[in-house]
Amino acid sequence: MEIVTVALDTGGAEAARPWIEKAQPEHPALIDQAHVLDELLGFVNVPNAVWLDEDQTLVRPAHAAHIKRSPLRDMDVPEGLGRLGDQLHEVKKIRTNPEAYVDAIRDWAEHGNESRFALTPDQVIARSRPRPPEHAEAAAAFELAQHLWRNGDRDAAIEWFKQAHHLHPENWTYKRQAWTFATTKPGEPSDLIQGENDVYDGNWLDDVKAAGAENYYDVFDPDRD
Amino acid sequence: MILDSLAVDAGAFATRTGWAIKPEGACRGEVCVPLPSEVRNADGSLDVGVLAQRLGMPLLHDNANSLWALGPSTVTGKALTTAEAPSVTLPDLDGDPFDLATLRGQKVLLVAWASW
Repeated sequence: MEIVTVALDTGGAEAARPWIEKAQPEHPALIDQAHVLDELLGFVNVPNAVWLDEDQTLVRPAHAAHIKRSPLRDMDVPEGLGRLGDQLHEVKKIRTNPEAYVDAIRDWAEHGNESRFALTPDQVIARSRPRPPEHAEAAAAFELAQHLWRNGDRDAAIEWFKQAHHLHPENWTYKRQAWTFATTKPGEPSDLIQGENDVYDGNWLDDVKAAGAENYYDVFDPDRD
Repeated sequence: MILDSLAVDAGAFATRTGWAIKPEGACRGEVCVPLPSEVRNADGSLDVGVLAQRLGMPLLHDNANSLWALGPSTVTGKALTTAEAPSVTLPDLDGDPFDLATLRGQKVLLVAWASW
């Protein structure tokens, strides 16, 4: 089995470079600067993954893909951190299921399409994310936003980012990509806090609280999935 | 798909959206949507307005920049129309293109991440 990683980053190779160089991956590590795979495969957050069999047929649609429990989940949050403390409390509520997910990958690697985790084409399509007209329109708005951002018309880009957020509020990829542009200081790595800002109505903490941190990822459930 | 006019080359449309133009219509995987003859412009290009209407693709316009964005199809109401992997070629850190199809014959775990 081959692992392929894809950075969904409007900032392109330069945004992804520090992480890839530190990881020194032996697998293909690609850059999707235009977020084409969001649209083609239905990614709405990271990490997300799909599984492809030897015939390049999807046997699992896009889903959350954690392989390790985040140490932030088990940390004791010190008092007095203000909004950062609130954010860490929300992070602790986020649900993932890395043990079951890794077991499922191993089962598929061993048994191939006989694995109970490998779905039929009809199941893959049926279990892929819904795409109502407003989500498709959000994808178009997000693509315009990114294009304009990369080409320097940032005021216009922000308006399209806002429209994408409004049309598909459950898509964290659209939000986090835009928020990080609003809160990252020049010359610094991408800001992961994505706090209150004067560009967008939303920010990571307030939007996650509103959605419910437990809903942040579509958690892999081996009994359901 | 970003466009600077409402006419698109069939090959470019297929590469970006996965919808191939065939005699029976626009096809992706096992799904084919019939297209009227007026989808073809006189110069052989495709009329984006007709494609958008038939495939349920939103078409947004940025007036100031004279650009359009054609969104994904909604004909099935799902993110995936087919279980066939899309044709994807993306660059690595050095800018060298990598075609996902070169991994045919192996299982692939395709993982999306981000710096943000």
